[in-house]
Amino acid sequence: MAMKRIGVFICHCGRNIAGTVDVKRVAEEIGKREDVAFSTTYIFMCSQPGQKLIEDSIKKYNLDGVVVANCSPTLHERTMRNAAARAGLNPYRVEIANIREWAAWPHEDNPEAATRKAIRIINATIEKLKANASLEPIEVPVTRRALVIGGGVAGMQAALDLADSGIETILVEKESSIGGNMFRLSETFPTLDCPQCILTPKMNDVGGHPNIKLYTYSEVEDVEGFMGNFKVKIKKKATFVDWDKCTGCGECLRVCPVHVDSEFDLGMAKRTSIYIANEQAVPLKALIDENSCIRLQFEKKVREGKIKPKKNVKICSKCADVCEPKAIHFQNNEEIVEENVGAIIVATGYEVVPAEAFPELGGKYPDVITALQFERLLAPSGPTAGVPRRPSDGKIPDSIAFLHCVGSRDPQNGVPYCSRICCMYTIKQAMLVKHARPDIAVYDFYIDIRSNGKGYEEFYHRAKEEYGVNFIRGKVSKVYKVGDKYRVQGVDTLTGRIIEVDVDMVVLATAAKGSSTVKELAKKLRIPYDEWGWLKETHLKLKPLETPVGGVFIAGAAQFIKDITDSVSQGSGAAAKAMALLAKPELEKEPLLAKVDQEICAGCGRCKDQCAYDAISIDPVRHVAVVNEALCEGCGACSANCPTTAIQVVNFKKGQIIRAVDILAEVF
Amino acid sequence: MGKKIMFYPGCTLKGVAKNLEDSTVESARVLGYDFIELPGWTCCGAVYGLAQDSVKFTIANVRNLIKAQNYGKEIDDNRLIAVCSMCYNNLKRAHIDVMKNRDKLKTLDLFMDEEADYEGNINVLHYLQFLKNDVGFDKIKSAVKKPLKGLKVAPYYGCLLLRPDEVAIDDREDPHILEDLLKVLGAEVVDYPLKNECCGSYHTVDKKEIVGERTYKLVSVAKEMGADVIATSCPLCFFNLDKRQEIAKNKHNDFEHMPIVYFTQLMAIAFGLTSQDVLHFDKHYISPEEVLKKWL
Repeated sequence: MAMKRIGVFICHCGRNIAGTVDVKRVAEEIGKREDVAFSTTYIFMCSQPGQKLIEDSIKKYNLDGVVVANCSPTLHERTMRNAAARAGLNPYRVEIANIREWAAWPHEDNPEAATRKAIRIINATIEKLKANASLEPIEVPVTRRALVIGGGVAGMQAALDLADSGIETILVEKESSIGGNMFRLSETFPTLDCPQCILTPKMNDVGGHPNIKLYTYSEVEDVEGFMGNFKVKIKKKATFVDWDKCTGCGECLRVCPVHVDSEFDLGMAKRTSIYIANEQAVPLKALIDENSCIRLQFEKKVREGKIKPKKNVKICSKCADVCEPKAIHFQNNEEIVEENVGAIIVATGYEVVPAEAFPELGGKYPDVITALQFERLLAPSGPTAGVPRRPSDGKIPDSIAFLHCVGSRDPQNGVPYCSRICCMYTIKQAMLVKHARPDIAVYDFYIDIRSNGKGYEEFYHRAKEEYGVNFIRGKVSKVYKVGDKYRVQGVDTLTGRIIEVDVDMVVLATAAKGSSTVKELAKKLRIPYDEWGWLKETHLKLKPLETPVGGVFIAGAAQFIKDITDSVSQGSGAAAKAMALLAKPELEKEPLLAKVDQEICAGCGRCKDQCAYDAISIDPVRHVAVVNEALCEGCGACSANCPTTAIQVVNFKKGQIIRAVDILAEVF
Repeated sequence: MGKKIMFYPGCTLKGVAKNLEDSTVESARVLGYDFIELPGWTCCGAVYGLAQDSVKFTIANVRNLIKAQNYGKEIDDNRLIAVCSMCYNNLKRAHIDVMKNRDKLKTLDLFMDEEADYEGNINVLHYLQFLKNDVGFDKIKSAVKKPLKGLKVAPYYGCLLLRPDEVAIDDREDPHILEDLLKVLGAEVVDYPLKNECCGSYHTVDKKEIVGERTYKLVSVAKEMGADVIATSCPLCFFNLDKRQEIAKNKHNDFEHMPIVYFTQLMAIAFGLTSQDVLHFDKHYISPEEVLKKWL
């Protein structure tokens, strides 16, 4: 039944609309329509009196439909629908005509055209509205469990907050221990806490929490389902060790003859082929690196037929020989487990660009390393026990140069953005070097110092005044090796001179990027990311933890590089978002979804091929398309591809759209 | 007779850089290519190619490209080789520019109504690119008669072979094409970190001291790295690094001279072409004869 008593409410939006569009004339013109029972204007429709005006008018004029002509529906559609519902009108009988972004703003220089366009937009919206059906929200049950992906400080915080509130939480970490990048750090700015002291309580809490199920050395393989009801497949990678038996005693590490670069120490130290991530790992379990283990490589080659085993040859099994609990079995124990959850938090963190990416800044030399690598050399528990030493010869350097903005703020050679944490950690590193060895000369090349956090600027001044770090404002263009030294060639922009210093070691504050594996994961979750691997939030200012996929949240540096304080806050924030979702027994969902007219549907399956949400299936018996309302997002891709218009989105039916387009496309 | 290839010499090669021209043409001949001077070539515009009003200053280059188009059809080869870095840079940039901005090309075609329209299929190559991709280093290796064993060479690119990105013949921060060629010739290549630094360019005309300072720096570091000679492909770099050593020496007591050569001269020597009709050492301020005598 088409609507006959429509109310049209035209918003001035202060001067935003009324400054260009003649709102009075629009109201008069629209008021002439037979199907419009009432039309008026008001300065701010979204204000409380504005909403009251709509509510009162619905009752007074017995309106059966409402058009509000104001801003984009992404801003106030919900406000207006709620107002209508309060007055007893089905909220899906309210439509927004966007005359601000579509008419007033783009035609500021031509008020007449803007006014005519506004009238046209409203007329088109009325035509669409007239065929709207009254709808009720759909209710979907919720699985009261959460998944957190990434066991860095943000992910741990999120998992702990969720678990503390009584929600069973699954934490998946790709490394064999939780702790993330923060656990690699020497000390943290500006408080100079040692992460090995302040993070271990959190790690142990996570490891022992009754509500946390921890999967380390695991990755998310596949995600199905929707907000409130996700089905997640998790791959537990092969460790070749029975973790139920392993006590983490470390006997095996002492006998393993193979040494390769340690991932935890970022190549600054070696580890054995069977290894434990670090001494304080949670869980403290050994695993074998298949690519370097003599035995596993040998077995692989035999399997592939590349070599034939001779009789009576004993292949290395030193680790298994000394393992008292008999945990080492050399069997590929890769496993896929399935978990059902209602909400997902992605906290996959960041990576830094490797030094090798900057050959002009000496990245090809062993003593030119990234700041994250240098953290390991400064860490008291690190390979050099906190005393900086050159990777090439183990010598304690007489001088070190720190270079800020390596690849950051540099669209041609790296990324356009500021990597945000580098100024502060470089200052901290310079300070720690001076603290450990006051005789080491420290040069710090910066463009600007960005110390915008609580206690940060004071920290910077301490580095200058108390520790005597040489801060030089200017960029470095080249680093090259001259004999045993590294020559740093740059400019001092305060004196306007070219500057050159020969140092023993160079530390590059290289740009931060999203985790290299995040793109694969984002595709599985259907959440967007940018070219640098940062996950995209729904709204940078107001929805920084949300993604366009309901029930999937982001936290910490996965969204963009941030310091520990911000990462922890976001971890808690995302946990609160997930709790709000999981607190309800059932979820309400917008009913604006695809619907199939089974009389017309031929079951050709084109809609199914188009659906990005796997929401459509073909009923094998009746041979017609069936929509899973819980999965459907109402995007309309199916409808556009249906040859018979059998599948259409409710309240966006073909007739409605065509009538609206006819009006919009009419020639003046 | 070798295979005919169009060659754009540019003005400098006809005068002070005769050593570059002859060593290029003769080294190509050894490799089986007959470098034919582009008939009726004109100036590449030199620095004017960098001016803001680029339409006017693209004329000369597009005219050259049209000439190459005509002659290229005759010899059935669309490659146009330049060896002077600036000529290469200007010709290649003009080509890319008019291909990107068709309106500009239309304006130019209308202006040059006596010529055919430029069809856009001339492949402008620097000699180094031609050697690497079209000839192949393996073939060059087999042409080497006197490997430059023991000669320590600092490869110097300057700016015009590497910038802007769209005409760069290699990675702008870490190029190695010249190193690769020098190694094929048997030379020992030193790590020369200043290989893409500025030589001071046309300041050599009005502010010679600046170029003297650049030369001091560039030559001293090459020496520090153990080089015997610096090899370049650009006549302006060559002139600055060679002639301005005079100023460097006057100003800095610790300065030590070093000969500058074109990479093509080293190629010619390695191919056994040691005649002064090819090498023209008289064009050098610092003679390379002493350093190279082992191979001459």
